[in-house]
Amino acid sequence: MTERVKKEPLMHISKRADLVWWKGWIIRAVAIVAALLVCALVIVWLTGYNPIKVYAEMIRGNFGTKRKIWILLQRLAMLLCISLAVTPAFKMKFWNLGAQGQVLMGALAATACMFYSKSSLPSWALILVMFLAAVISGMIWAFIPAIFKANWNTNETLFTLMMNYIAIQSVKYAVAVWVPNGSGKLPILNPSTHAGWLPDLFGQEYVVNILIVALVTILMAIYLKYTKQGYEISVVGGSENTARYVGISVKRVILRTLLISGALCGLAGFLLVSGTNHSLTESIEEGMGFTAIMVSWLAKFSPITMVFTSFLIVFLQRGASAIATTFQLNESVADILTGIILFFIIGCEFFIRYKVNFRKKSKEGDK
Amino acid sequence: MISVIALFIKSTISQGIPLLFGSTGEIVTEKSGNLNLGIPGIMYVGGISGIVGAYLYEHSTSAPSAFLLILIPLLSCLIGSALMALIYAFLTATLRANQNVTGLALTTFGVGVGNFFGGSLLSFFNEKGSISTLETAKCFKAYLPFADKLGVFGDTFLSFGFLTYLAIVIAVIASWYLNHTRPGLNLRAVGENPATADAAGINVIRHKYVSTILGGMIAGLGGLYFVMDYTGGSWTNDGFGDRGWLAIAIVIFALWKPISAIWSSFIFGGLYTIAIQMPGLSSSSKELIWMLPYVVTIAVLVATSLRKKRENQPPASLGLSYFREDR
Repeated sequence: MTERVKKEPLMHISKRADLVWWKGWIIRAVAIVAALLVCALVIVWLTGYNPIKVYAEMIRGNFGTKRKIWILLQRLAMLLCISLAVTPAFKMKFWNLGAQGQVLMGALAATACMFYSKSSLPSWALILVMFLAAVISGMIWAFIPAIFKANWNTNETLFTLMMNYIAIQSVKYAVAVWVPNGSGKLPILNPSTHAGWLPDLFGQEYVVNILIVALVTILMAIYLKYTKQGYEISVVGGSENTARYVGISVKRVILRTLLISGALCGLAGFLLVSGTNHSLTESIEEGMGFTAIMVSWLAKFSPITMVFTSFLIVFLQRGASAIATTFQLNESVADILTGIILFFIIGCEFFIRYKVNFRKKSKEGDK
Repeated sequence: MISVIALFIKSTISQGIPLLFGSTGEIVTEKSGNLNLGIPGIMYVGGISGIVGAYLYEHSTSAPSAFLLILIPLLSCLIGSALMALIYAFLTATLRANQNVTGLALTTFGVGVGNFFGGSLLSFFNEKGSISTLETAKCFKAYLPFADKLGVFGDTFLSFGFLTYLAIVIAVIASWYLNHTRPGLNLRAVGENPATADAAGINVIRHKYVSTILGGMIAGLGGLYFVMDYTGGSWTNDGFGDRGWLAIAIVIFALWKPISAIWSSFIFGGLYTIAIQMPGLSSSSKELIWMLPYVVTIAVLVATSLRKKRENQPPASLGLSYFREDR
């Protein structure tokens, strides 16, 4: 584009007025296929294995046994829950990168209830207390940056990012206090009484988690699409000035939305402790706080689409760790593949939003 | 007592240098309006490509020359991190993708690349153990011959490898470039208000590319410093830790000024040192000390937004993509 010739440039870019929805999905599908091809090349280059065999191994790693399928569903539920949590804030263009911290604070609060209650409470009451504590902690952790954003326009991306590390250190601090010497790892709490553990349903330990997240998904879809508050969120996200002009209190919307966002993150923390790990480490959310941001963005903030995008990511990660064990590779190959696929999907959005017009021989005014 | 203080200062400096590289790189990037959250990933890639380059060279020759031992890791580090930054620049500036999402994806990718090659490079050569490039590290750690003869002062301030001084020099140059040159002025204009810069005839896209790639290369050197100088030529997975994010914190703490990044990095490095080396600290109070840098950063962030002093604000278009066609 830098050459100085009198001709019209080789191509120019214009915004698409409207793209039929299925065309958009074709572009995305092409991008994913292209990404998988590049991933296959990378796998061959790194390992020399037949990529089809590797992909078959990925599928086996996800669906090979009943147990694997349950773990897949559980991971899907957790990632989906956190993605749903960050969505209302993103829709409002509030970049909450602090999901990690909010989840951790929820998990920390839930674990603290478990740790200090010993056997003073019946299990159902303990679960209730844990739930409330987790949700409230998540809300507080999200509310702090929201107050500053709403009142003084403090940069929320950087603020929430820093809050993550304070949460990580708080968790490490708590674990260090609870386990003063020895391994430095908190053992599984109440292994015999199962107090504070979410009950098994149909003989499966993760069913309750999955059902709760399914319910949250439906509620979030309805909330964003059919309620006044959901509408206010999209107006604020579209333009704050418009929102002010039509009489929406931007400040109130920001605070309210972040409370919801934080509450859901707290819920995820509660599910991780009560329904999954029954213990606490600072890496309990396994980077999902950041992954959730990509999941939510890929799904264009639609809760139902998010089921598929989080499935895609979880499938990749579980599949990649399966390849890693079978072919004796390093686990981190999952991150590389996820990264490549994300780059392609991120890049393809451009072709959905914009049209590239190549120079034509006859000059007709485009558009 | 003096020796304890000297030891503390030495350790502080070596903890601070990777942070200084990272934050200078991020400042240069952010001045163009690109909030590159991929910096932690870029630093991992910088480190791993440096060490892989060193490993391949050390194993290809029996009599390595000191010059190449420095040059090859340095070049491979710069190329690796420049490629990473190029991915970011292409996706955000040309394809106008969301900066936060792109940055986080880049970090996922970069940390994955670092840990993958760090963990399994040797298995490609059917060797066991972990990578170590002692010869190269020795060259990177070489210091002026007379430093030893200057007593405590020489030992404390002059006994570092050249990358340490390079970090400070780069920060000073970056500051001069941003504040006292015309291209630097243009760059700041792009970060503040790209539409105005565009109208003034500044090539916005090119500036974004150049500053993102330059910033990425500077940050990548932080990774190289870490593997060569700090750990002495070896790689441990996730050994670099969250220093990349700490570098982003320093950018805020230093109010987007490279000169302030120098002392900020050393303050943060000092806190790191206290947390690791202070005798008699319980493990729980160590965790609280590690928390301090982030708390302080938030305090600075809040204070700047409260005071609204214009020269202390983040670049106005930070995090936003620029489309000429959009109004």
